[in-house]
Amino acid sequence: MAEFLQLTIYGIVAGSIFSLGAIGLSLVYGILRFPHFAHGDLITLGAYFTLLPVSILGAPPELSFFFGVAATMVVAVAVDQILYRRLRKVAPVILLIASVGVALILRSLVQLFWGAGNQYYSQGIDMPWRLSGVNVKPDHLLIVAGAVILVVLLHLFLQKTKTGKAMRAMSDNADLAQVTGIEVNKVIIWTWVIGGGMAAAAGIFLGLDTRLHPVMGWRILLPVFAAAILGGIGRPYGAIVGGLIIGLAQEYSTVILSPPYKPAVAFALMVIMLIFKPTGLFAGRKA
Amino acid sequence: MSLLQVDQIRGGYGDVDILNGVDIRVEPGEIVAIIGPNGAGKSTVMKAVFGLVKVREGSITYRDKEIANLRPDQIVRQGLCYVPQEKNVFPTLTVEENLEMGAFIRNDDFSQDLEKVYELFPALYEKRRQPAGALSGGQRQMVAMGRALMLNPGLILLDEPTAGLAPAIVDLIFQNINKVNGLGVSIMMVEQNAKQALRMCHRGYVLTTGRNRHHDTGENLLNNREVAEMFLGG
Repeated sequence: MAEFLQLTIYGIVAGSIFSLGAIGLSLVYGILRFPHFAHGDLITLGAYFTLLPVSILGAPPELSFFFGVAATMVVAVAVDQILYRRLRKVAPVILLIASVGVALILRSLVQLFWGAGNQYYSQGIDMPWRLSGVNVKPDHLLIVAGAVILVVLLHLFLQKTKTGKAMRAMSDNADLAQVTGIEVNKVIIWTWVIGGGMAAAAGIFLGLDTRLHPVMGWRILLPVFAAAILGGIGRPYGAIVGGLIIGLAQEYSTVILSPPYKPAVAFALMVIMLIFKPTGLFAGRKA
Repeated sequence: MSLLQVDQIRGGYGDVDILNGVDIRVEPGEIVAIIGPNGAGKSTVMKAVFGLVKVREGSITYRDKEIANLRPDQIVRQGLCYVPQEKNVFPTLTVEENLEMGAFIRNDDFSQDLEKVYELFPALYEKRRQPAGALSGGQRQMVAMGRALMLNPGLILLDEPTAGLAPAIVDLIFQNINKVNGLGVSIMMVEQNAKQALRMCHRGYVLTTGRNRHHDTGENLLNNREVAEMFLGG
């Protein structure tokens, strides 16, 4: 029982991180209709940007969080406006390939500035609390609480603000949004602000939970994609549920499988979903 | 001065011209119908007016202002709205959110215009919290027209408003078009139901192969033998 609870906690923590990544992936797919392969490296970038105030000014990572998120938002919008914007009228597969290029560029830049080794936000051991045989680290609470707050903010944005509604409208029917007078480029910029911000948060939480490494985001891209597809790609709410399912499934699988197989579990779930219900649990877009 | 004046426009998708010199004008308060066989360029004229098809030659003026090749969001700001054929609501947005999107470019309070749309189409008020995708075809068409009305436009372009709808609903749609026109809004519509469209319009245009073929009052076109033989089934 204690083991089950322990795995559930790890699963929810991992799931929160996957969800935040998958939200951006799903939003971008819904609006721009291409799978954004550089999303993992936006996750990495968010984690490393947060390291700047920590290592230079000695600021606590909790405060540097806001710097990391803001800086990643700027990069996401810049990449879109400089590169992706020029490719909007071509086939989505060109954008897909371009995003793989962006992924490699971002990763190389991270290695160039911060080196290829592991880095940490803080030295020493984060002592876990022991509650009836279950270990909970303070960082775990922070990660889950942070993810919940971000998801609530996303919900309010999508349901209550004009730009959020326009984003859903554009995801429904981009041509109609255009003739309705919605400023398409403005909505796209907002999509990158939110997708980039959520990715950064995912990276920072991942760095807090484990360590920073130039391929940390690339490595979780598979479960993040699996989460987005499970939830129905293009549906940000589905991505949240998909993230939690993938996170929990990966942790529970360690009861019978060796932990290095965790990504295979995510991959298997994604393949099963694509075979039996390709539109995902919440009926996302058909490709 | 005409509200909308389309003068000898040529254009189309890519290198091939679909429009080979089309003239159309719409006066304030009028309903103008455009009919013609498939491939005549009826819908393309609308798309050209709305900046969705490249206009290579000719001019399009709205309230004496040149609007050819402007972006759709710029054209909307001039007071011109376009309701595309079918797929013309945001299915996962509620009815009310669909109407709000019609007012996207407005920064003032539009609650009065929302009231006006609900007054015109009371069925929408009852369903305002439902996703528009769950409505019937006729009601979706109301949402689409209501969304256009949110801008207080001078002219609404309707691309085949009755396409894919059951005959019983077609009458309702034409009644609704009359209601909208009753508010003083001009209508320019492309229609497959040529007879009904000509009966209710003030003036009609018959296009063939991207050119004007006939132009007259709706009634005269209905009585025109050539038009009758060509499109109205004799």
